[in-house]
Amino acid sequence: MILSRIQPVKQNQLKKKNLINWKKSKNSMRDMMDPVQYFTIKHQQLQDLKKDSALSVIRNKGLEAFTRLGIPTLKHEEWKHTRISGLFNKDFEFAIDQAVPSLSDQEIKALRLPGHEVANEIVFVNGCYSPSLSRISTGDHQLRIVPLEEAARNEYREFVSKHLGHSGNYLKDGINALNTAFAHEGVFIHVKKGHAIEYPIYLYHITDSRTNNNYSQVRNLILVSELAQVQIVQTFGTIGPLESFANEVTEIVAERDSITSFYKIQNENSNANLVSTTHIHQIGKSQTHTVTISLDGGIVRNNLNIVLDAENCESHLCGLYLIKGQTHVDNHTTVDNVKPNCFSNELYKGIMDEQATGVFNGKIFVRPQAQKTNAYQSNKNVLLSNKASVNTKPQLEIFADDVKCSHGCTVGSLDEEALFYLRSRGIGEKKAQSLLLHGFAADILEDIKIKPIRDYIDHLITERLEYEES
Amino acid sequence: MLTIRNLHAGIEEREILNGINLEIKAGEVHAIMGPNGSGKSTLASVLAGREGYTVSRGKVDFLGKNLLELSPEDRAREGLFLAFQYPVEIPGVSTTNFIKTALNEIRKYHGEDPLDAVGFLKLMKERMKLLQIDQSLLSRSLNEGFSGGEKKRNEIFQMIMLQPKLAILDETDSGLDIDALRIVAQGVNQFRSKENGILVVTHYQRLLDYIVPDFVHVLYNGRIVKSGTKELALELEEKGYDFIKNTTSETEPA
Ligand SMILES: Nc1ncnc2c1ncn2[C@@H]1O[C@H](COP(=O)(O)OP(=O)(O)O)[C@@H](O)[C@H]1O
Ligand SMILES: [Mg+2]
Repeated sequence: MILSRIQPVKQNQLKKKNLINWKKSKNSMRDMMDPVQYFTIKHQQLQDLKKDSALSVIRNKGLEAFTRLGIPTLKHEEWKHTRISGLFNKDFEFAIDQAVPSLSDQEIKALRLPGHEVANEIVFVNGCYSPSLSRISTGDHQLRIVPLEEAARNEYREFVSKHLGHSGNYLKDGINALNTAFAHEGVFIHVKKGHAIEYPIYLYHITDSRTNNNYSQVRNLILVSELAQVQIVQTFGTIGPLESFANEVTEIVAERDSITSFYKIQNENSNANLVSTTHIHQIGKSQTHTVTISLDGGIVRNNLNIVLDAENCESHLCGLYLIKGQTHVDNHTTVDNVKPNCFSNELYKGIMDEQATGVFNGKIFVRPQAQKTNAYQSNKNVLLSNKASVNTKPQLEIFADDVKCSHGCTVGSLDEEALFYLRSRGIGEKKAQSLLLHGFAADILEDIKIKPIRDYIDHLITERLEYEES
Repeated sequence: MLTIRNLHAGIEEREILNGINLEIKAGEVHAIMGPNGSGKSTLASVLAGREGYTVSRGKVDFLGKNLLELSPEDRAREGLFLAFQYPVEIPGVSTTNFIKTALNEIRKYHGEDPLDAVGFLKLMKERMKLLQIDQSLLSRSLNEGFSGGEKKRNEIFQMIMLQPKLAILDETDSGLDIDALRIVAQGVNQFRSKENGILVVTHYQRLLDYIVPDFVHVLYNGRIVKSGTKELALELEEKGYDFIKNTTSETEPA
């Protein structure tokens, strides 16, 4: 697959051409630029590079919204526990074209997920789709992968213009707008009508921070057509010791009688920051399953929106954040019941150790016409240290009268009775603790239906919990 | 095997056990009976090492070790077992995995190699039959959603899997119908041997028809006020606990 794009500009040329530094601390005030200014210039460069792009219009709208909204601060209601603005004060390099480092297969080997031998692998490096590192095993007649720019002009044109940017109706902040302002190097994935894709799709978001702090963005759009079934796994990886910051948005459209599973795995290091948005629009009676697993990272913000826009839709939302150190994980979820008779079930669990902080915000909207909605939500948290914390907030806005909705959240420490029970059988305290925590996380793991992925996560969790033993 | 001398223990400021004296030798089955609130579970908890209790006086020797100095897990590894009056539900941890972990932790403590999956399953299958426990129960989360009877049977199953030296059964009979009671008693009697000691804590005499004790003690207000043989249990059953309440304590602590 060849990307039709303008000739890539070499990294060093780009630097010379665009002598702008984004808050280089050692430089004088003159060089210091405010993020809005910086991105406005970058945006202009991109638009100049891609004059005839079908995505120009939406990018302009994105920039307009971004300049209006700015980077969210703690004053923004949806960001009051996640200090994202601090990240923009650092000196990041942001590539707006394909001048991305070429990684070898070897270099990304460590990031590959189990089951990759058969999976359809799509690799993004520094926010850009890399056809050479990607491997699509499923045939074109079942699964099509097209660069987003191309999809915006070819037979998918109408679909793209209708659905790209739908998340902006829900995420009214500068972060989402910023992603839109630079939407260009992502992909459009089409799971074709009537096909149950045998092998899962693995999406790798890789950031290269070997020589510079790196800021990157990806914008993807996925269409799961009528009667189609697909499993998608998304993961993130940073190569190199410096900081990375990825702002990724994936919009999914699910048609009638389709089944979509979407698994997100976050297990980077404290230098890797992430805003990851998954927006699922169920436009026909369909089923979706999402599992979000956050095990490590710096600042991680997940937005998950489920728009139930047809009768009899079903959605399962699961999440696990098992974090320590200074890691901050914020899960913001929205289930919007637009049409009647939909079912949603949400369960998020958190385990916070050391100084880790968790945030859970779960919105359920039931529109006036969405009678017979069944919506359940639960968030359970365990704090393992007195410096760890979590903020949990259910937010139900129900405008219909014939609905069943429930929500609940708990924050606690490990159950002493349970701990004693295990110890009284000869199981050491640390091991008893890890068994209990593993048990606490178990029902989330069970929701991962790809066995090698489930085993892998299980292994990571076990390792992590046992590691805490020492 | 177990020697309790003048044990005083309680929760916070409140003293619940007021000088317990008890000696259990290998091969013996002792029963402790007493009205609700007399301190039976407290005694069992203090012996097993549950947190929250303070021992203000007294000593407990278990197989030559100062029991009260050991962590709960080390007590278990040394051979003490408590069948809980209220077994705890543990979501997400299967009974099989739990017992296997416990067994191997105990083996490790004694310098033995862990049992592998095959060896463990074989042992488990053998002993499951005895308590008429179904495989499906063991693969479920520990005690979660188990009926009262299933929980108690599971406690005894754990006991025969772990093969302790001294088993304390805290009201294992409560909530059991007669069939379940028989099965549980059968498990206990199978465990009973010249090497093992058993302390049966019960409110009712009924269980003692099936697990016949060598000695019976009556606990009242945190003290053993009367000791005797199995006939004492029958007498209690007949006359009720009022008969104890009316007699003053006969066994003063030394
Ligand atoms: N956790 C506790 N906190 C305060 N008092 C307790 C606690 N557990 C037991 N007690 C008190 O200690 C006494 C003995 O209780 P327990 O040992 O459970 O009696 P038994 O098992 O003989 O019915 C009772 O008066 C009970 O109320
Ligand atoms: Mg009791």
